[in-house]
Amino acid sequence: MKALGSHRRHPAAIVVLLLLGLVATGGLYSVLDPRAAQAAVSSATDVTSGRQLFLANCASCHGVNGQGGKVGPSLAGVGAAAVDFQVGTGRMPLAGSGAPQAPQGKEVLFSDQEIANLGAYVATLGAGPSIPDSADTQGDGNVAKGNQLFKTNCAMCHNFAGSGGALSQGKYAPSLSNVTGKHIYEAMVSGPQSMPVFNDQNLSPADKNDIISYLHYLDQSKNPGGLNLGNLGPVSEGMFIWIFGLGLVIGAAVWLGSKAA
Amino acid sequence: MSPESTPKGAAGLRARDTKAAALAEDHKAKGGALAGWLDDRTSAAKPTSYVLKKIFPDHWSFMLGEIAMFSLVILLVSGTILTFWFVPSAGTVIYNGSYVPLKGIPMSEAYKSTIDISFDVRGGLILRQIHHWAALLFTVSITVHMFRVFFTGAFRKPREINWVIGTVLSLLAINEGFTGYSLPDDLLSGTGLRAAEGFIQSVPVIGSYMAYFLFGGAFPGEAIIPRLFTIHVLLLPAVIIGLFTAHIVLVAVHKHTQYPGPGRTNDNVVGYPFMPVYMAKAGGFLFVVFGITALMGALVTINPIWLYGPYNPSQITAGSQPDWYMGFADGALRLFPGFFEFNIFGHPLSLNVFIPSLVVMPLLYTIAGVYPFLESWVTGDRREHHLLDRPRNAPTRTGLGAMAISFYLVLFIAAGNDLIAIKLGLSINEITQTLRVAVLVVPPLAYWVTKRICMSLQRRDRDRVLHGTETGRIVRTAEGRFFEVHEPMTELERWTLVQQESPAPRELSATVDANGLEKKHTLRERLQAKISSFYFTAGVPPVTPAELAAAAHDGSAREAIETEPNSGGQDEGEKDWVGQLHGGADERPETDAYASHEDGADPGPA
Amino acid sequence: MSEQGTEPAGEHLSQPVAAARQGQGQVERQGRVESQGAIPERFTNPGLPPHVPRSADLEENAARRAERQVATLFGISMVATVVFLVAYFAIDPATYQFIPGIGQANLSNVVLGISLAVSLLGIGFGAVHWAKTLMPDTEVSEDRHPMRSSQAARRDAVETITTSGAAAQLGRRPLIKYTLGGALGLVALPLVVQLTGGLGPLPGTELATTFWRKGMRLMRDPEMTPIKLSDVTLGSVFHVMPEGIDLSPHALEEKAKAAVILISLPPAAIQVTKELDWSVDGIVAYSMICTHVGCPVGLYEHRTHQLLCPCHQSTFDVTQDAAVVFGPAHRPLPQLQITVDADGYLIAAAPFQQPVGPTYWERG
Repeated sequence: MKALGSHRRHPAAIVVLLLLGLVATGGLYSVLDPRAAQAAVSSATDVTSGRQLFLANCASCHGVNGQGGKVGPSLAGVGAAAVDFQVGTGRMPLAGSGAPQAPQGKEVLFSDQEIANLGAYVATLGAGPSIPDSADTQGDGNVAKGNQLFKTNCAMCHNFAGSGGALSQGKYAPSLSNVTGKHIYEAMVSGPQSMPVFNDQNLSPADKNDIISYLHYLDQSKNPGGLNLGNLGPVSEGMFIWIFGLGLVIGAAVWLGSKAA
Repeated sequence: MSPESTPKGAAGLRARDTKAAALAEDHKAKGGALAGWLDDRTSAAKPTSYVLKKIFPDHWSFMLGEIAMFSLVILLVSGTILTFWFVPSAGTVIYNGSYVPLKGIPMSEAYKSTIDISFDVRGGLILRQIHHWAALLFTVSITVHMFRVFFTGAFRKPREINWVIGTVLSLLAINEGFTGYSLPDDLLSGTGLRAAEGFIQSVPVIGSYMAYFLFGGAFPGEAIIPRLFTIHVLLLPAVIIGLFTAHIVLVAVHKHTQYPGPGRTNDNVVGYPFMPVYMAKAGGFLFVVFGITALMGALVTINPIWLYGPYNPSQITAGSQPDWYMGFADGALRLFPGFFEFNIFGHPLSLNVFIPSLVVMPLLYTIAGVYPFLESWVTGDRREHHLLDRPRNAPTRTGLGAMAISFYLVLFIAAGNDLIAIKLGLSINEITQTLRVAVLVVPPLAYWVTKRICMSLQRRDRDRVLHGTETGRIVRTAEGRFFEVHEPMTELERWTLVQQESPAPRELSATVDANGLEKKHTLRERLQAKISSFYFTAGVPPVTPAELAAAAHDGSAREAIETEPNSGGQDEGEKDWVGQLHGGADERPETDAYASHEDGADPGPA
Repeated sequence: MSEQGTEPAGEHLSQPVAAARQGQGQVERQGRVESQGAIPERFTNPGLPPHVPRSADLEENAARRAERQVATLFGISMVATVVFLVAYFAIDPATYQFIPGIGQANLSNVVLGISLAVSLLGIGFGAVHWAKTLMPDTEVSEDRHPMRSSQAARRDAVETITTSGAAAQLGRRPLIKYTLGGALGLVALPLVVQLTGGLGPLPGTELATTFWRKGMRLMRDPEMTPIKLSDVTLGSVFHVMPEGIDLSPHALEEKAKAAVILISLPPAAIQVTKELDWSVDGIVAYSMICTHVGCPVGLYEHRTHQLLCPCHQSTFDVTQDAAVVFGPAHRPLPQLQITVDADGYLIAAAPFQQPVGPTYWERG
């Protein structure tokens, strides 16, 4: 005890105290955090329970009948696909406001059945794209064709390797790495946030499957040349050479010019 | 050969052969047969010993130019090998190699050959990566070398020509890089060529002709790739090699500059001889630079053209930037506001494109190139300088350099504005607006801050010389006064801090000439004097022996505490603080509450 | 120290001190300490510092250890070279290997690169270590001579030039001088003419026209399939090329001007009458070639109805006839007037009414 007390005034003491406090708070929160209520699981989609979920979680921004409000747009015609995408990737319900766009959520707040129910309810608000056929989201299509389609339709926002890109006023096109085929398809077909709509007449289901195949090919993270520095192009390469390349070479030069022992 | 009488007949003709045989013996003894053979044909002995005995001073910052030189060697070697596989043609082919995402896609032969080098040629990818990393290292090291030369004033007479050659080399190097990375005809570099065509088009009057001439017709055309190949492989390397040879020949003729220090004067060069020390060090450094480049090529991807895809004028990627050394030009294009397009006589003058793309780069390089002449005009200094300036001793020059670099950096950062936006979660519009303001505000600020920092560093040097370094030991005298002991500097340590010249602005000569008539100074003379005094404003002069002696008397004029600065070693124990006491009431200004106020009756420490 | 910076130590000293100083070779003048007599004006160079020997200079053991270290480094280099040679032939260029920190990397690239790096670094570090530990490190001083040649040499050079010049009778024969100047001046021209004269065709009207003609169908890029009006739903974006462009002899050059982006807006959002007139049910077609320096303007943000160019962030508001709202572009994107043909496919109603792409002098 005396030894500990003698270090009371040590400059690192405040840091240790802060760390302890943070760990304690975080640990207590994760243990005691109230969880969202789990609905009963049913095998078929249940429009009624979907409506209840909607009223509880979405109506405050999107209106009681999904007609839209000050903050949330109308959901008439967005279809089950949009719901599956937005809720399934954690973007909705939108956590905070003020950000230029809904970020990809840290966690998905609903179970798969709940999402399906929500989607079924929203589909009743107006005809819209439905959840895609699993055959079209396998990612077993033509990678080269998908590459060409991706470069023409997607790379201008999402970058050549799907690493993401900037849009105006703080909005952005997110990274596409490790996204499921289903969500990729749904995003294309529902046009979330700033993304335009790529309906099935523009890019056929086979085309979409090709694009998914290309993105999944990239996900296998084959980096022939080594570290890919985020696939962001010459900017990261320039940073690397100035920091590490020059650093190493100047280090060698300093060693070269210094006197031996 | 033999100056004696010429013997007649065949025997006479043979007489010289014995002399030759004797000489051959000579060679065997001293230089080896091969050396002798060469010298017989080239008189190489004298220049060889001249070169091998050359002295080079030793400092790591002198190796920066060598990094550039060695990177050039690596580029030449790797580039030459690459040309054995690269096909500089824009003709269309369908890909059928091993890289799956490109199978069946039409592309140019140039792109296809580069993909083949990357995937289907043994060692091709490492070769490409080494080549591109070496190109980045080349441009980076040229830049830091240029900064070192600038901030140490190594461009002064007699090295102005070398500075100009260096500036031109720097410009050529970045263009060499641009033409080089445009050769594979991939989406990213093709977009760069599209932008290049756009700004050539913006040139007043002749723009569309220039664009059509360069591209051999409409963009993209089939001529640009082979032409870029010629420029990149034949034209620019030839000019670069020629200029670079002149550059190092001049360094050898002028002898390398050196940092000031004990034993180093403006009339000598202190260091180690080329043979054996520098042959080993510089030769070794070549291998080190090559090795580091190879390591980067092994472990870090660069220019993954297989991911960019072949160039297609209707495709584009988010985050389109050129290689780093063209970043400042791209940033200038992003920042320059759009309303600068005017109509004169019914023709549009697109200054919003023309200025940032085609004026900024040549202007910056021209200003850099003429700087030595500007500075010598301002300072009036026409002497040879072989001793470098410590940057703090030339505050205006250092400040101007910082201003130029900060301007360049703001433009450079602007080129990455979209990546900054997504990585830091900011609005790209706000970033652009901020940088537009920054490009005008930051450089003068950087100048002012740097200049003040230099001056305070100079004053700190003065302080260290005058008062020594603080040891942290407090001494209490018998009367109860406290002083801190300062360790005086040794002569060797001190020299570097006091060797510089006092600031000496050019002054206008006498206003009255010999006959008593008032002399009118030309506008040029007056301008010169004014700029000169600005250049030397508030320059801090170095400490003189008189000042040091005055400071050794620590303010109380008592004999007991006056000693030579170096007496510390003789008297151990209590006496070793004698003469180095500082602090206390005596050194405070008279208006200070703690200053001693008795006139002349200050007892001081016993 | 005052802000002026030229104030040396001593300005604040009281009177007696100043008086005391007078006798020590200094005089105080206007607060500045100047030397007089005994003390020199400036410090003198103390000469080269004493040489400090290295351990390898003093002990043979240390020297032998250094030798062993150098030899080891060279040895490592040799081993690495052999690894490179073996790996070059042994490793299939298509092999991928998981490398911690990198992922699936090309094994051949990594092994060849690292072995090459080690073989080079081995020699490099070995040579430098050898120089640092075993080669002489006593500093040597060499005198410099002024770059300026001696007066005699200069005079000699000038004389040689002038006498030979005079000997060439150039001064006396002005006709030769002038015709020489003319001949040399002209002789470079054939080379210049060859280089420039054969260069490229004249632009003519090419920059002002595109492949688009009245009645051409709008085709999806890159599939080149036509687009029905019913295919276009609200918020859609299509990348479009004119019908038949892929069969043109200069397809790529035509595509570089003819790229068009088809956007579906709610008709009520369109605020410019001409834009509405040239659209079909709120579907508008604009040139995709940015008017700044020509990058394809592909980023459509469908909530804000803005087109963003990724190169330099020029932003065009599609509801305002693609007027520039941000960025370095000056002119709005040209619109392509579209309509529907008898079969329901979207077609161009007229070619572009102004040149597309970046500004050029003749654009007017």
